[in-house]
Amino acid sequence: MSSADSALPVPVGRPRTRASRRDLWRFLAKRLVAGAFLCVGITLVSFVLTQLVPGDPAAANLGNRAVEDPAAVAAFRAQYGLDKPLPVQYAVYLGKLVRGDLGESQQSHRTVKADLAEYIPATFELALFAIVLSLLVGVTLGVVAAVFRDRWPDQVLRVVSLAGVSMPTFWIALLAFFVFFYKLGWLPGGGRLGPALTPPPRTTGMFTVDAALAGQWGVLGSALEHLVLPGLVLATYTVGMLLRFTRASMLEILGNDYVRAARAKGLPERVVVVRHVLRPALISIITVAGLAFGSLLSGTVLVETIYSWPGLGQYAYTSAKNLDLPAIMGVSVVVAAVYIAINLLVDLLYGVIDPRIRLS
Amino acid sequence: MEPLLRVEDLRVELPTRRGLRPAVDGLSFDVAEGEIVGIAGESGSGKTMTAMTLLGLLPHGARTSGSARFDGRELLTLGRRQLRDLRGRQIAMVSQDPSTALHPILPVGTQVTEHMRHHLGLSKSAARAEAVELLATVRIPDPERALGAYPGQFSGGMRQRIAIAVALAARPRLLLADEPTTALDVTVQAGILRLLDRLRRERGLAVLVITHDLGVMSAVADRVAVMYAGRLAESGPRAQVLATPRHPYTRGLLDALPHPEAADDPARVALRPIPGSPPSLGDVPAGCPFHPRCAFAVPACATDRPEPVPVAAGHLLACPPDPLPRDGAAPVPEGAPA
Repeated sequence: MSSADSALPVPVGRPRTRASRRDLWRFLAKRLVAGAFLCVGITLVSFVLTQLVPGDPAAANLGNRAVEDPAAVAAFRAQYGLDKPLPVQYAVYLGKLVRGDLGESQQSHRTVKADLAEYIPATFELALFAIVLSLLVGVTLGVVAAVFRDRWPDQVLRVVSLAGVSMPTFWIALLAFFVFFYKLGWLPGGGRLGPALTPPPRTTGMFTVDAALAGQWGVLGSALEHLVLPGLVLATYTVGMLLRFTRASMLEILGNDYVRAARAKGLPERVVVVRHVLRPALISIITVAGLAFGSLLSGTVLVETIYSWPGLGQYAYTSAKNLDLPAIMGVSVVVAAVYIAINLLVDLLYGVIDPRIRLS
Repeated sequence: MEPLLRVEDLRVELPTRRGLRPAVDGLSFDVAEGEIVGIAGESGSGKTMTAMTLLGLLPHGARTSGSARFDGRELLTLGRRQLRDLRGRQIAMVSQDPSTALHPILPVGTQVTEHMRHHLGLSKSAARAEAVELLATVRIPDPERALGAYPGQFSGGMRQRIAIAVALAARPRLLLADEPTTALDVTVQAGILRLLDRLRRERGLAVLVITHDLGVMSAVADRVAVMYAGRLAESGPRAQVLATPRHPYTRGLLDALPHPEAADDPARVALRPIPGSPPSLGDVPAGCPFHPRCAFAVPACATDRPEPVPVAAGHLLACPPDPLPRDGAAPVPEGAPA
């Protein structure tokens, strides 16, 4: 009897070897090179776009003097290289970019690099807070909605998610500002720290982290307090988005035979839901989380402006208003790089969650 | 002594758009320890719902009546908690398609050990050791390495072996095998069936094989029950039912098996399908549910519901006209079915 048994095919499996690790490095290298090209492409697009905008940087920056004093205009143009033909301007810009020189902001008269170094951590802190909050709340509620499908928790959450994705961010921002700051006075209405406090010694540029590192608990408390309102407002849309998506992909997975098989094994429902359903659902959830992070970054422009949060969004807004070309370009490059990095991270996470991707 | 599993007059009603409709209607059978019992029937005859009932995994809104006693305990009235303790631990299931029943992104080791640890309280290393032994039992080469691999890395037959190992992990006493070989090549099927047979002999495992394939039945089952539209058509010892079927439906299933050798024999037909198709849930005809497709139907078949009655030792038949010859020869019906 065992002759037929042992004549069965052997597994076609392949363990994780050095070869598959080399594949990973090759994948990473390929993606990084592609990312670099993408960044360059984005500089070209934003360069052309800023040129197409009707308006004159000299006029925007010099104000009345631009009308009265042609010499000042000429000097301004010469200083920022605006008197040269466009392709030359772009080539010069690229050449400097490669050397890490993003030019000088026409507004702050500092290098764009220095400006970005100051504003990026503030936005990063805000966006990180919002995305972590969205993932925790959105995914948890999505799981609850799927488990209680068509019963009252699901009905309630359906309204919550619909409200989250359909209320415009600027409106929520103003409403929350009015209610929690102006009417109730529970939370500060803007800035990153209470007026009496000095920022903690700079390590990461994120006040919460720096304060914790320095052991300045009072500063940490104030920084967190300031983070809550803009963070919540920023997270509203992404919570709604992740909730809906988590529910949908959980329901899709719940219908699978392997979930019934897990139940037939007598596992507690909690294990079935988390290990057998949520884990495979995460593959599509992180795809959406990547997109959510993108929408969150664009949301910062509004939220930072309303809550006077000195970050990248506010910087982008003021630079655009003043046609501060080097600054606009700098923000574009940074945002593009972040997008590319997030997408790369999502792709790598696919492999962590799903062995079929890792092993193929 | 009562057998390990005794199902009596089981009725399962499923919710449909037109209200509750019976999927299983008055089914009775026993499975003793170390015995392999087969339930046969076309798709939609209520086979799978019978297995789901025993595990307490019926869809929401389903209603059951009758009785299904496992080891003296009534399964139909067990609470959720008690059912969960029973699932996997006492009654385990191997389902039709191993490529969908195994979790695609959990390592084989996790899938074999998780319920083992939950039910038996084994440590991680003890569970691992037992899993290696179990995979070796079902003849997975290099079981150590298989623990870290994923289902997608194995062939279909190997996956079904792994699924059987998963089912056996918490040392159940009854295995429900729902179409365990349908998705597999014929050569691989034989290996799986031999494995089931070996497990029953070595471990005293009781197995309920659910299949539409009488060929599978004839290979392993001690006793068989043939179901049609949720009702029992015929049941009895395997040799008796398959060699001298008394119910026209059983006969029809046997004739529907391909006989390649019949091509050279003008007296036999290679494959004779049953005309028509089984009724859908809620459309079961009155009287004998098979009568519209039956070549031997008499007027009473359309009105009187046939009850299973003993026709020989351990042989039940739900066909009062009992038209088939007793020598097992394929009958030639005189006229076309009404």
